[in-house]
Amino acid sequence: MIENIDLSLVNWSRAQFALTAIYHWLFVPLTLGLSFILAFMETIYVRTGDETWKKITKFWMTLFGINFAIGVATGIILEFEFGTNWSNYSWFVGDIFGAPLAIEGILAFFLESTFVAVMFFGWNKVGKKFHLASTWLVAVGASLSALWILVANSWMENPVGMIFNPDTARNEMNSFRDVILNPVAIDKFTHTVTSGFVLGSVFVVGISSWFLLRHREEAMARKSILLAGIFGLVSSLLVAFTGDSSARTIARVQPVKFASMEALYEGKSGAGLTVIGALTDKGERIGEKTVHDMKMKLEFPKLLSIMTTGEENGYVPGLKDLVNGNPGKGIVPVSEMMERGKYARQVLIDYKMAKEIGDEASAVALGARFREQDFIDNYFRYFGYSYFDHPWQVIPSVPVIFYSFRIMVGLGFFFILLFILAISFQRRQTLERNRWFLWIALFSVPLAYLASELGWIVTEMGRQPWIIQNLMPVNIAVSNISTGAVQTTFCLFAVLFTALLIAEVSIMVRQIKNGPKH
Amino acid sequence: MTLMISHAFLQNYWWLIISLLAGLLVFLMFVQGGQSFIFSLPRNDMQRKMMVNALGRKWEFTFTTLVTFGGAFFASFPLFYATSFGGAYWVWMAILFSFIIQAVAYEYRSKPSNVFGTSVFDTFLFINGCLGPFLTGVAVATFFTGSDFTLDLFNRVTWGSGWHGLEALVNPVNLLLGFTVIFLARVLGLMYLSNSIDNDDMIAAINRALVRNAILFLVFFLAFTACLILGNGFMADSATDKVTMVKYLYLHNLLSNVFTLILFAGGVVLVLVSLWLGIIRHSRKAIWFAGPGTIAVVMALFFMAGYGDTAFYPSSSDLQSSLTLAKASSSLFTLKTMMYVSFIIPFVAAYIWYAWRSLNRKMITTEEMAGEDHAY
Repeated sequence: MIENIDLSLVNWSRAQFALTAIYHWLFVPLTLGLSFILAFMETIYVRTGDETWKKITKFWMTLFGINFAIGVATGIILEFEFGTNWSNYSWFVGDIFGAPLAIEGILAFFLESTFVAVMFFGWNKVGKKFHLASTWLVAVGASLSALWILVANSWMENPVGMIFNPDTARNEMNSFRDVILNPVAIDKFTHTVTSGFVLGSVFVVGISSWFLLRHREEAMARKSILLAGIFGLVSSLLVAFTGDSSARTIARVQPVKFASMEALYEGKSGAGLTVIGALTDKGERIGEKTVHDMKMKLEFPKLLSIMTTGEENGYVPGLKDLVNGNPGKGIVPVSEMMERGKYARQVLIDYKMAKEIGDEASAVALGARFREQDFIDNYFRYFGYSYFDHPWQVIPSVPVIFYSFRIMVGLGFFFILLFILAISFQRRQTLERNRWFLWIALFSVPLAYLASELGWIVTEMGRQPWIIQNLMPVNIAVSNISTGAVQTTFCLFAVLFTALLIAEVSIMVRQIKNGPKH
Repeated sequence: MTLMISHAFLQNYWWLIISLLAGLLVFLMFVQGGQSFIFSLPRNDMQRKMMVNALGRKWEFTFTTLVTFGGAFFASFPLFYATSFGGAYWVWMAILFSFIIQAVAYEYRSKPSNVFGTSVFDTFLFINGCLGPFLTGVAVATFFTGSDFTLDLFNRVTWGSGWHGLEALVNPVNLLLGFTVIFLARVLGLMYLSNSIDNDDMIAAINRALVRNAILFLVFFLAFTACLILGNGFMADSATDKVTMVKYLYLHNLLSNVFTLILFAGGVVLVLVSLWLGIIRHSRKAIWFAGPGTIAVVMALFFMAGYGDTAFYPSSSDLQSSLTLAKASSSLFTLKTMMYVSFIIPFVAAYIWYAWRSLNRKMITTEEMAGEDHAY
């Protein structure tokens, strides 16, 4: 039975997806951010006719190309891994999840790949305006492709716009509008794309700072810092705004993830927002999960309640409420959800068996249950819980999520300060004199990557054990292949992607050292 | 109008789109075909650079078409996606690995400090050039020869062979299509290079190679076609859903559908005309006949696999687990939504054509390679 599937297969499949996704995400945000920065730079060149801007654009475009190629290389596997490693998931949700992926290919990838060739090779082959339009279309195409994959990802976090069909044993889309306008998708798209803009800006400011530290290409560096600084500052403020909105949505649709982000075990009225804190073992357990205590805590009183409920004394449920239930707050215990989910699954099994043996009367009666609102709202919505053995299994790894979230948010605010200083020093023509700032800007580049990856760790590890929130846990979604096969491909990916990353960084560093062509 | 937009109509419509994408993908594998000559055709580094740059300005089209092909299959026939990718794990992984190494090879091969050296990245291109088309051909051949899988009540797949797809390599018919696709890709690659490079020495080498590869392509293509039309097919009774083996099914599918027949015959004629142009007349325009011809023949093969009471992804070990368009497809709602999205395809094709023409207006020369800022 698939329910008894080898957990090591699940873990290796998760590890492989995590590995490939983390590698892919090393390159995507730079593509998102740098593409718009290139478009701004080339626009200035076309409008002013200043050849310096053309030289600047071409320099950053070379770095863009090096990054873009490996981004494409690491991206292809992610799409196909849904089939190769998560085949049960692919069937269960392919009717909904596949559509955004296909639209991504038709609408965005072709736009990106067609015009990126014009952007790289068209300087002497097409007119200035056509070339500029191509650069803009690459930027738009990159963000559009992010839109569709994030719509698909958001559906996994908050499945909407679908109905379960017992005949096909899968979820089927009944509202494309709901899928597109999923509140998680809107938050995730805006937050993710703007965070890519921030990373691109930090990259340009950081590398330009290196030129200033070496007293090379100072005019190019100063112009680049000003442009990227302004773009980065605007983007950083948008990241903060969309991050806040995103957290509110998570609190509503994924309360367990939200409580884990805050390491909130006991539900509270007037809960404070923890800025920093150290988690220690409290010596208490929820099932096999450790309950953590908070040391060295710094918090804004009542802010968490205000942010999530809009009220100073609003109630924010903790992990204990969410697992054990809290009747006073209308929270159903997980054990109850498991029972209801098991009932829904048994109805489905009975229905399929009735169909199989030709018992039409039973099949009609059982099939009708899936159209009853009471069954949908009170039983089928907990379908995925039927696969758990213990309620505590719904709790993800709290320390990983708690710390990742704080480091990401902290770095986000640090980047706002970085951009303000960059603009300020540039306007006062004092960048070169503040060498400490130039060093900080340079070392901020890896921090931007760290923040970006941590964002995905919060998102993806925070929703464990679900692959689709409340409907399908990861251990049910995995392909029925041997653990050895996945271990082998994991190692192959690890070696290949690491080798390619080493080559990419080496080429990038060399191109930066070479500087722009004169 | 309401009758026209039935679920069955949309399943057929989406199979048409899938077939078109498959045709475009095989045509665009001229990039892979060209790459397979990277160590044999050029006589010096400059010639290799010209060749790589001619192909390198098109590799993303092939890559994107492959990704879109996968996405469209996922969206329109998710049960195929789940069954084939989750079952024939190693074949798909091998194809994907070959494309991963291709994607970086162009950009990195001539860049200083690329760690591994130009020859390693050129080897990546060679591997992708050979493995990509060959394994794609083998994988598609299983649409006609079947695979070893079963589906349970909940459509969850169990693959019979522990080789997870690699067992397809011991079926001679699968190998025939694999070799057909690789030699077709090589022929197309040569024709494309002939159309893109302005270098007499290289053109002479291309013309010589074209003869050998065209002969091999024709031999494998004829052998595969003979096996296909004279062999058994997986017929799915539309009334009972029962799958049975039927002799000459694919021949019947070819002859009974006028569109399939026209596409197949027309495509074959166009490819033959292109070979005559390329080999006999030494024309540099042969690719413009071979391209549409390839797309037409591949579409016809997909029509034979999917249309007319036929299981397009058959199970050789459990006939009733075989996938038909009706069984594997997405819901009516999803296919209809996707149909509206597909209306944008002509617009996409138009801008691709415009951008392609803009970049290919001038042939690649040694002078351009020496002066180009962004050369591979």
